[in-house]
Amino acid sequence: MLKLDGVSKVYRTGTFGGKLLRAVDNVSFDVADGEVLALIGESGSGKTTLGKMILRLAGIDGGTITFDGTDITTYRGRALKEYYRRVQGVFQDPFSSYNPIFKADRVFRLVREEFFPGMGGEAWADKVHAALHSVGLNPEHVLSKFPHQLSGGQLQRFLIARALLLDTRVLVADEIISMLDASTRIDVLNLLADLRDKGLSILFITHDLSLAYYISDRVVILQRGQVVEMGATERVFKNPLHNYTRMLLGCVPRIDAKWSNVQLPEIAGQPPDGAGEPAILIEAEGEHFVAAAG
Amino acid sequence: MSLQVDGLTVYYSTLRGDVQALEDATFTLDDGEIMGLAGESGCGKTTLGHSLVRLAPPMRHVAGRAVLNGEELPLADMDRMNAFRFEQVSIIPQYAMNALNPTRKIGRLTADLVEARHVNYKSILPELKRRLDLVKLPQDVLNMYPIELSGGMKQRMVMVISTLLNPALLVADEITSALDVASQKAVAAMLVEFRNQACCNSVMIITHDISILYQIADSILVMYAGQLAEKAPTTTIISAPRHPYTQMLISSLPEIGVKATEKRLAGIPGTPPLLLDPPKGCRFRERCPFAFDTCIEAPPFREVAPGHHVACWWEFEQHA
Repeated sequence: MLKLDGVSKVYRTGTFGGKLLRAVDNVSFDVADGEVLALIGESGSGKTTLGKMILRLAGIDGGTITFDGTDITTYRGRALKEYYRRVQGVFQDPFSSYNPIFKADRVFRLVREEFFPGMGGEAWADKVHAALHSVGLNPEHVLSKFPHQLSGGQLQRFLIARALLLDTRVLVADEIISMLDASTRIDVLNLLADLRDKGLSILFITHDLSLAYYISDRVVILQRGQVVEMGATERVFKNPLHNYTRMLLGCVPRIDAKWSNVQLPEIAGQPPDGAGEPAILIEAEGEHFVAAAG
Repeated sequence: MSLQVDGLTVYYSTLRGDVQALEDATFTLDDGEIMGLAGESGCGKTTLGHSLVRLAPPMRHVAGRAVLNGEELPLADMDRMNAFRFEQVSIIPQYAMNALNPTRKIGRLTADLVEARHVNYKSILPELKRRLDLVKLPQDVLNMYPIELSGGMKQRMVMVISTLLNPALLVADEITSALDVASQKAVAAMLVEFRNQACCNSVMIITHDISILYQIADSILVMYAGQLAEKAPTTTIISAPRHPYTQMLISSLPEIGVKATEKRLAGIPGTPPLLLDPPKGCRFRERCPFAFDTCIEAPPFREVAPGHHVACWWEFEQHA
């Protein structure tokens, strides 16, 4: 349904924009209906940039992103609005996603003004209540409150409810639970799993491999803007083929095994250098791809 | 016995009254022990850590004392406490990445800091360079500005500066939470290495990530809503927790090997109480599946097995 084909993004850096930085380099994958695809990578791997490009918040410098067969860069005006009806995003920090001087449910009113101008007050209230119930919130407790009166988990679920008011088919979830407490983060994760069961496609962007394993059907591992490994979650986690994936898995803190003496390859935390060889993905086993250089 | 904390109670003074952020904390920290402080946001773990280093307004010392190597820390007295900071007690702050002065080169900044303690920078320079090697930072970072370093490098630099005078107690506040897995592991391993090389004696690690603590901590202290819930050696906390809160917290951790389609993990229903006017007795009562009549009274933090302290009436009944 959502398909990325050779997508690239180049940022200009340096004092006068003299240097080029390939944040995303020739990335191709697709998101199927009712699938959770996890996009895993460290800081600077380009995972957030990819999410922004899908949401049309950042321009595309190469390749195409198609939604139901249409190139999303061609959307203008009304067609773009229709696109946003179907593709929505939720971001990392729930505390800074709100304007603190307005009540939190203003995010719903903005959706109404923009997308449902003709809808009656009562019908709208029903719709909001249904959306809030579906994310496990009690409308009486959370409506007409200011952002500081709600907890991080409540604010984050508010944003998911807002995205669900539309006929959303793809949700771009960018690190949506890294700011939440251990006790509430599992609730938000379970909520995503429930929504997936109802047919929503989710692009789950994260750096936390255990969360990705819990929720996703397929994973894409990004390193410096390039895909290094891609495949069904269990296959990639049980049989990691690329060195980088192995390194990431070796670093995950677990509570069933101590860190073994895995030597860290000296690739951690390096920004993309911009002159990387284009990676060629090879199919190692059924639907499990790995970059040839590894 | 390195650190003994006895009945430490710290409130935040606000216009609407006192926020009872830390209530009657009593525990000991052995020589060379790495203790993890775990709990949800707002459970008082940062308050406990900071009150041992810099108890500044709006924090207010209400009761209790802390004894470090036989000497009582003047917690409530900002000026007298100054003699202990950096040399006896030191902290790696939560936003270590923003802790470096952006207008000073790192060497210059370090010189200012140690000279404020009447330590000659030239004489400490060889040791500083040795420690930079220890955390795998090149020695020319001393001629760089903080902006030239990445987040993980800044984190390691602050670790080196904070422990330069070999403090007896080091408080590390959420030092791994802003880093990704590879740097997280490197920083955590370095902290253990610092302890092993006696760059600091005892360490308190504040974090909400229990799986990190399992990797590096000797013991874990779990807090809930300003009260101590459970303290035990790390393996005991992970494999045989006794406080219902600890049990629920551990069972809600997703791990590689657990999938949503096969096994649904459960969170802890409800939210922590507001500490402006906290409920009397056990503060976990309202979210606890085992709560009964006695829980109206505050449970004592009692040693139920050697080195294993729990504050829970239900647990006392079970093993009575």
